[in-house]
Formats: sequence, structure tokens, C-alpha cells
Amino acid sequence: MNDRAKDELKPITNESGIEVKPLYTAVDVEKSGGLSMLGQPGEYPFTRGIHRLMYRKQPWTMRQYAGFGNPADTNKRFKYLIANGQTGLNVAFDLPTQIGLDSDDPLAEGEIGRVGMSVDTLRDFEVAFDGIDLNKITVSLTINGAAAILIAMYLAMAEKRGYDVKQLRGTAQNDILKEFIGRGTWIFPVEHSIRLVGDTIEYCAEHAPKYSPVSVCGYHIRESGANPAQEMAYAFCIAKAYADDVIKRGLHVDEFAGRLSYNFNIFGNLFEQVAKFRAGRGLWAKIMKEQYKAEKPGSMWLRMIAAGGGGGLTFEQPEVNIVRGAYYALISALSGTQTMALCSYDEAYTIPTEYSARISLRTMQLLIEEMGLTETVDPLGGSFYVETLTNQMRQKMEEIMAEVDAQGGIVKLIAEGAIQSKVSAQAYRMQRDIESGKFRKVGVNCYRNEKEEEHPVEFHPYKEEDARAQIAALDKIRAERDPSRVSQALARLSADASAGRNVMPALVEAVKAYATVGEMTQEMVNIFGRYQEPIRF
Amino acid sequence: MTAAQKSVSTERRIKVLLAKPGLDGHDQGAKVVVRALMDAGMEVIYTGLRQTPEAVARMALDEDVDVIALSSLAGSHLPFCTKLKPLLEASHLQDKLWVIGGNLPAQDHDALRQLGFTGIFPTGSKLDAIVDYIREHVK
Repeated sequence: MNDRAKDELKPITNESGIEVKPLYTAVDVEKSGGLSMLGQPGEYPFTRGIHRLMYRKQPWTMRQYAGFGNPADTNKRFKYLIANGQTGLNVAFDLPTQIGLDSDDPLAEGEIGRVGMSVDTLRDFEVAFDGIDLNKITVSLTINGAAAILIAMYLAMAEKRGYDVKQLRGTAQNDILKEFIGRGTWIFPVEHSIRLVGDTIEYCAEHAPKYSPVSVCGYHIRESGANPAQEMAYAFCIAKAYADDVIKRGLHVDEFAGRLSYNFNIFGNLFEQVAKFRAGRGLWAKIMKEQYKAEKPGSMWLRMIAAGGGGGLTFEQPEVNIVRGAYYALISALSGTQTMALCSYDEAYTIPTEYSARISLRTMQLLIEEMGLTETVDPLGGSFYVETLTNQMRQKMEEIMAEVDAQGGIVKLIAEGAIQSKVSAQAYRMQRDIESGKFRKVGVNCYRNEKEEEHPVEFHPYKEEDARAQIAALDKIRAERDPSRVSQALARLSADASAGRNVMPALVEAVKAYATVGEMTQEMVNIFGRYQEPIRF
Repeated sequence: MTAAQKSVSTERRIKVLLAKPGLDGHDQGAKVVVRALMDAGMEVIYTGLRQTPEAVARMALDEDVDVIALSSLAGSHLPFCTKLKPLLEASHLQDKLWVIGGNLPAQDHDALRQLGFTGIFPTGSKLDAIVDYIREHVK
């Protein structure tokens, strides 16, 4: 392209702030740092993938987010998804469960089973996972504030059903630091929250070594307004904070880092996202090897779910979200993820119906069965554009991480509300750019229908009688359980929390005694206190 | 100072309480709206997450606001507003402007209006539409 033609082009900058050129050549790759971080799939620094054969050997796990009403309703939806070819489960909990309230708590009224399954005691897990083989279907628990309790519950349920907990796989989200930035299901103050995450990592390293106790989420930080480079950089800062807590306890990085996992978002510019994932894989491997002196390759792997895309979907013309979702799935496949899930087209309105959840599942299956996405590892590797952008994204992430460190570290910045304020200001600018038409959204600020028709979205019903049934079931458990066993277990929990001992053994004991989520949370609130949200604009 | 600027500066600033009702943790939208209202010159008190109906009514009274605004994305808007309405009325706040935004299905809009929420801004509403509505309707 001659200089004059170039002059006439308007500059384009991606969301992460990198200028996009009209053409890339080998010169751009060299100028951005060359191919020194590329390597081979399955070898350090893993930019091309954490396994040698990737999807050629095994396609990504498909794990739609599901859960609503009482555990019996959710069990039915789980079985529907599995019957339709889903290969993992991702459990949605209702808000009372997520913030440690029992179903009969006055604050839970109107919220029981509304946005996820309600869980009060071990009995609810027994019902929810009844008939599901936990060795064949891995389960991911989307739980954060109350994660230590629900991990204990999951392990206890598996043990009770005769599984060897040492061999048990599965994941808990359990990333509390991002809850302070977005999503908001915090309970305890920041320092105690980190300690609880450390407790789960330490406990699982010894007792459930194949279980992934944490899935560090850039996802919700992105939804809150972060750009793709920030999404990954902040997630790495958060993962380091958890790792530092565990290392302080005397564990070696290789004893736990292999079970850390990640959750990232997939909406936005396709090439920017693919470069984000490739860059992130190399950067995380480098951090673990150089800063943490990890020796096992597994400790350096960026194992992840690249999924969702909710922030990119629109309320307007919802059926177009089916197509957006397909492109997001393509991004996820090209990124080399281990697990995929898609927000369904109706999620701006309601909990997905069986129909819309099945469309999401079919979208992912289409990539495997018809489009050739599993045949070759890292198919965009070697593209001048993608390799240049991968180098540039990695540099951006390193800059952002250095900036966080220079400002006192991620824990301090989150506790003060500084990260929250920064990403929320960005969300505001983005919303203004969408409203002005500067940032294009199809059906929102361009290609609007003359007259928007009524859309065929079927609303998920909220059933008051399910909430009452859940409370009745809880009453029954309270009446039937051994009260002295419950009070002994809660007393031990309180003592261990207070003495700074790992609370997981006490939680497992309390769960087995059918102590409730609310009771266990309250014991810890009595010791740790509650988080006070900083309001800062 | 021009006449127009003078008239703006002598006018009392509109004061808004923006609350996150119930247990819902989705605050991205609420915070974006806070910034839009502040940019429009309004004084905004943002409550943060997990407000009970009692807390919202108390703050609205204590802060002497012109507008009581809720942002709800997790589906519990009707039970919450049903509890909030009598509390606001008991505090004689029925003359204030009540508005609500978020994930509010069209089928619930009539019920919200009957509960006194005259300004309804479902997902997809424009920031300027919210600002304009408040400016026009604050008494």
C-alpha cells in the first residue's frame, strides 16, 4: 500500500488500545518481538496450546451454565443437557446461597431459586447430582463468597456416594477478589476472603489433588468494563495474590499451581480475543517459571474456560445473538480453551429455556462436527497479524501488571475500590460510545428495524411454590439432624476460624452433620466480620 | 456569566438516590447511570449493593432526595417494589419521582407503574433518555 492510500485511512485502535494496521507482514512480527515466545504446542511457553495435540486428541468440554429452582428442578435440567451431549456441568446457585443465607432467612424472600439452584444443606447436593456419574461428568460450581462451604459439601457428597475424593475432578469458581470488582457476591472482608481461598487450595492440594479449587475470572472484570488486556492482566494479578497466600503457608508452587484454572470472556473483536488467549498463555507460563520458579509444566499451564460472551449480546433483536454466539464460540475454539460455554440468545431477558440452551450446545457441537475446528492445533498460529497482535497484547498485559504493582498491588487497589472505579469509568465511556454510534453494535446503533417486532422470548417462570418447598425441606432437615453433632461441628469451625487454622476440615465435618450454609457462614462472619463496599467514582 | 448559565447555577440541583435492591450483584449498569446523572449536573447518592426496602426508604427520607431510583437485574423487582411502596408512602415520599431500570420484562411494566414506578428503563434504554426523563418529571 502506498503512503497516500494509507494517509486516507482512518486509524483504528482495538479495545485494548493497540493500533490495527491494514496489512501485516513478517516485518511487523519481527518489530513486535519476533517468534521467541511461540514454541510448540505442549511445550513452554505454551503460547500455541497447553497440550501437544489439543482438540485432535479430545475436543473442549461443553459446560453450559445451568441451575434454577430447587435441586430437583436443576437435576432435571442437568440430565436434559447431558442427554443432549453436554460433557460437563456448570452449576448456577441462587443469590441467597451465593452470599451464605439460608432459604428461610428473611433477606432471602423473593430470591429463592430465582437465578440458580437453592442450596441449604448436603441433602440438596445429594438431590441435585442424583444419578449423575461424577467420574464421567465433571462439575463446576459457580460459587465464590460461600465457596469454601460448597466445596466441602461437594467433596462430602462425592465421598458419601463412594467416590475416591483423591481421584475426584471438578472445579469451583472460588475467585473472591473479582467479586469485589464485579458480580458482587462477597461476604467477608478482603483479607479474610483471601485466606479462605488459600484454605481451599491448601486443603485440596492434600485431600483432593485432582480437584481445581479456584477458577480465576477475568470474565466478570471484562463484563464490568475492563478491556481484553486488562481482563487478563488483572486476573493474573489476582491469581498471584492467591498463590502468594498459599506459598506463605509453606507450600511449594508445584504442589498447587497445576490445579489453578481460569475463566475468560469471548466477546469483542475476534483477532484481539484470540491474541489475548495466546498471549496470556505465554505470559502466565513465564510468570510461573521465572517469578515462582515452577518446575512442573502443569504449574505453568493456563487452563481455562473461554466462554459466555454475555457483555456482547444485545437486548435488541435477540435472535441475532444466536449468530453472535456462534462467532464467540469460534473465538473460543481458536483460542485453545479447555472448556467452552455460551450465553444463550435470550439471556438478556431471562434464564435460558431448554430450547435456547440446546441451540448453544448445538453451536459448539457444530464447530466440532462440521467446521474442522478440532483437526489442527492453533490454526491461526503463524499469521503475521495474529503473531504481531499476540506479542503486542502480551506487552500490554505486562505493562498493566507493572502498573498495578507500582500502585501498591491488586489487593490494595481492590480494597480501596480503585480498580472498580477505573473499569466502571470505562464502562460509562463505552456506553456513551455505543449510544453515539462511535462503537458499532448491530441492531443497537445501526441496522435497527423500522419497527422492532415483539420477540419470541419465552420467560422462565419463578415458582413461589418451589421456594416454599425448599423452606419446608430445610425445616425437615433441621428437625431430623443430630443437633449436638451440628453444634459441635460449628464450635470447631468457630475455633479454627478464630485461631487461623485451615477451616476446611471443620467445614467438611459441619457439612456432613447437615449444618446449613447460613449457619456455617454466620459462624465465620462472627469471627471475620462483613465486607464494607467502598463507594468511589 | 451568561443568563443561561446563571439560571442553571441558581436552580437547585436535582438529588437522586440510586439503590441496588435485594441481593443482586450486577452493578455495572447502576454505576454507569450514576456517572451519567452526575455528568448531567445532578447530585447522586449511590447506595452500593444489597439494600433492603427499609434501608432504601430510610436513606430517601434522610437525604431528602427528589428521585428514588432502583437498578434491578436479577428478577426480584416486583417483590422488592411491593415491599418498598408502603414504606415510601409511610415516609410521605409519594410525591418524589420513583424510577427503576434493569432487566425488567415488558410484561411487568404495568405492575411496576401500579406500584408507583412511573419511569421504567429496561435494558437497552439510553442514558440521555433517563437523564431527560428525570429533568422533566422532578417537581
